[in-house]
Amino acid sequence: MLSRTASNLFWLGRHMERAETASRLFEVGARITLLPNTAEGYQNEWQSLLRATGVSDRFAARYDEVSEENMEKFMIFDRDNPSSVASCMHDARESGRIVRTALTSRVWDALNVSWQEMRGMEPGQEDAADLADFVARHAATVHGAIDGTQLRNDGFHFMKLGYALERADSTARVLDVKYFVLLPRVEFVGSGLDSYQWQVILRALSAHRAFHWAYGDDVSAGRVAHFLILNDESPRSLMTSVLEALSHLDALVRRYGQDVPHSARDRAQALADRLGSTDIEDIFDEGLHEFLSDFIREIGDIANRVQADYFHGRG
Amino acid sequence: MYYNEMLDGTKVREAYAGLSDWVDQMPAEIRQMKQAEAEALFRRIGITFAVYGEGGDPDRLIPFDMMPRIFTQSEWRRLERGIKQRARALNAFLRDVYGRGEIVRAGRIPARLVYQNDAYEKAVVGFVPPRGVYSHIIGIDLVRTGRDEFFVLEDNCRTPSGVSYMLENREIMMRMFPELFRGNRIEPVDGYPDLLRRTLETVAPAKCQGRPRVVILTPGHFNSAYYEHSFLANLMGVELVEGADLFVEGEFVYMRTTEGPKRVDVIYRRLDDAFIDPLTFRRDSMLGVPGLMDVYRSGGVSICSAPGAGVADDKAIYTFVPEMVRFYLGEEPILKNVDTWTLWKDDDFKYVMDNLGDLVVKEVHGSGGYGMLVGPRSTKAEIEEFRQRIKANPSNYIAQPTLSLSTCPTFVNEGVAPRHVDLRPFCLCGERIELVPGGLTRVALKEGSLVVNSSQGGGVKDTWVLSE
Repeated sequence: MLSRTASNLFWLGRHMERAETASRLFEVGARITLLPNTAEGYQNEWQSLLRATGVSDRFAARYDEVSEENMEKFMIFDRDNPSSVASCMHDARESGRIVRTALTSRVWDALNVSWQEMRGMEPGQEDAADLADFVARHAATVHGAIDGTQLRNDGFHFMKLGYALERADSTARVLDVKYFVLLPRVEFVGSGLDSYQWQVILRALSAHRAFHWAYGDDVSAGRVAHFLILNDESPRSLMTSVLEALSHLDALVRRYGQDVPHSARDRAQALADRLGSTDIEDIFDEGLHEFLSDFIREIGDIANRVQADYFHGRG
Repeated sequence: MYYNEMLDGTKVREAYAGLSDWVDQMPAEIRQMKQAEAEALFRRIGITFAVYGEGGDPDRLIPFDMMPRIFTQSEWRRLERGIKQRARALNAFLRDVYGRGEIVRAGRIPARLVYQNDAYEKAVVGFVPPRGVYSHIIGIDLVRTGRDEFFVLEDNCRTPSGVSYMLENREIMMRMFPELFRGNRIEPVDGYPDLLRRTLETVAPAKCQGRPRVVILTPGHFNSAYYEHSFLANLMGVELVEGADLFVEGEFVYMRTTEGPKRVDVIYRRLDDAFIDPLTFRRDSMLGVPGLMDVYRSGGVSICSAPGAGVADDKAIYTFVPEMVRFYLGEEPILKNVDTWTLWKDDDFKYVMDNLGDLVVKEVHGSGGYGMLVGPRSTKAEIEEFRQRIKANPSNYIAQPTLSLSTCPTFVNEGVAPRHVDLRPFCLCGERIELVPGGLTRVALKEGSLVVNSSQGGGVKDTWVLSE
């Protein structure tokens, strides 16, 4: 497969997943500001959210006030924000357009329709939950089309690898938002508010029902963190995402043989091993934020190695 | 009086016999619904590009008219013979002018028009590409003026576009009106991508081992015809590459893949000569592959169409194509040329100046319906303004009589009305010369308009050839 094609497929996966993350984060933000929790007012939560996604400078340069209205514009519609839903959907569709030959018509159709519909929307029409639903629905259609119709060849693995790495990154960031919101106010730990916020996080990750199936009703920090970090049955957990990335990297190594470099696979294997031998107490002892920052860096490193192993084309 | 392709007076012609009931029986609301459906299909497939490199909004849709344009088998056979004959002559001409130049030595074509032509590539003089074929895909633009009267408007020997429309128009017609296709009366065109791939494989270079690897080279996804490039690559089962995906090492060209470099044998390029190799042509080109021409000249890769093929489809060279048919093939041309006055000749210049109001004047290198004057449809002031432009640089222009382009019934707001059409069939040249039964019919949707270009309000139609 052409290196450029592989790279576009990888980014198609990443951008679709990133679009979903942006809308989830916005929904988390909107829900958390509904809580009567802070002395400083709601701005604090939105600020944390901007910091967690690493785009607060960009926001500050374009908007003077931190409000839900501006956040909606910025996180959902703003094409100057590369992480906004609109930018990600556009980029995913553009990657798809470039590699049309590697996509089934169903996948292209889903990508194209999602972008056309996104393009037809305006800020202020829908509330946060409906926006998140809209994005999740389109993301699911694209994902379903990929799973249902794409040949299980290297292109498929590059797309799914993009999804998996982005999902690992995204769950880590959503968790980090919770950290930023909660930890500066230690007196709330273990309170009803704390547990409510964890519920919000679970909802935002569409994992709220799944959590209750797995752990019952007791929503405590330790359990939610375990569910979203280490549980390999939880669909968006760091563990599941890393294992999924690893399975696609393994498939590529099997397909291409040992002569093609595989440093990304080796790195992903090491990360999976490390997660497997960690328990949730270790993570809280180390500090959730430190653990998550480390993890996000590690995922970035794997992505760089994917680039070096496969997208350079040597020569 | 214009030749009406469907009606002979009030009588329906043979080719359209099965169709007139279909048209008559379609209620207006069904028609509007189907038209909207067709548009949605095109938009959904993503087929929104300008035909023939006319530029403009890449997301613009070209209007699709559901009323097909139809040829009988015997009409088509004659056209086919004429097109193949012309294709053979054009390739013979290219082989000649990059070799001994017999046709120039014999005094049939002025040396200046060939050797000082901008499209003449000195870099390939003396090099004969595999099978002596220079132009592998030739799009020949035809107009009809009578039952047996077909004229060639121009030849496109470089990288003619529009074939994806031929294929998609058919696809959409078959999806929307399957009942019309029952009984196998209509010759299929969907063999084109396979035929193209096989044609390109037959011109693999001497050094190629095993089954040739064919790729399509595109300027990139910002190009207005990118959709077509990717559409063809998909149907042909070949990679669509950009310049940066290829590199030259030693005697060969390679593409960058996830498994390392892979050798490439045949490049179907949709990129102008000037951009394919910055070491040989334009130094500032970021689109091409440095060193490509050296590999080409040493038989390591085939480039289709061959660099330099453009010298055969120049509007000034056009006037000599019938001469080429006689000179190289010893045959009489089956397809006619439109009478053409070349303004650098004094007699022609005088005639054109005296009759400007009746003629069509075009720039030698113009395309897309821009920079032309349609005398009978222009105001006095426009004619006078154009006259000054011609006087400033006569050799930049040719003039032709205003042809009575045939009309084909077309769906318009008021119902069905005749509109002028042309035809571009696509002729493939490799080991053999072949074409699929069909082509792209363009239609001037504005009442009375003779300009079919999509940039000037033109649309497209499905083109049928009936089997016997």
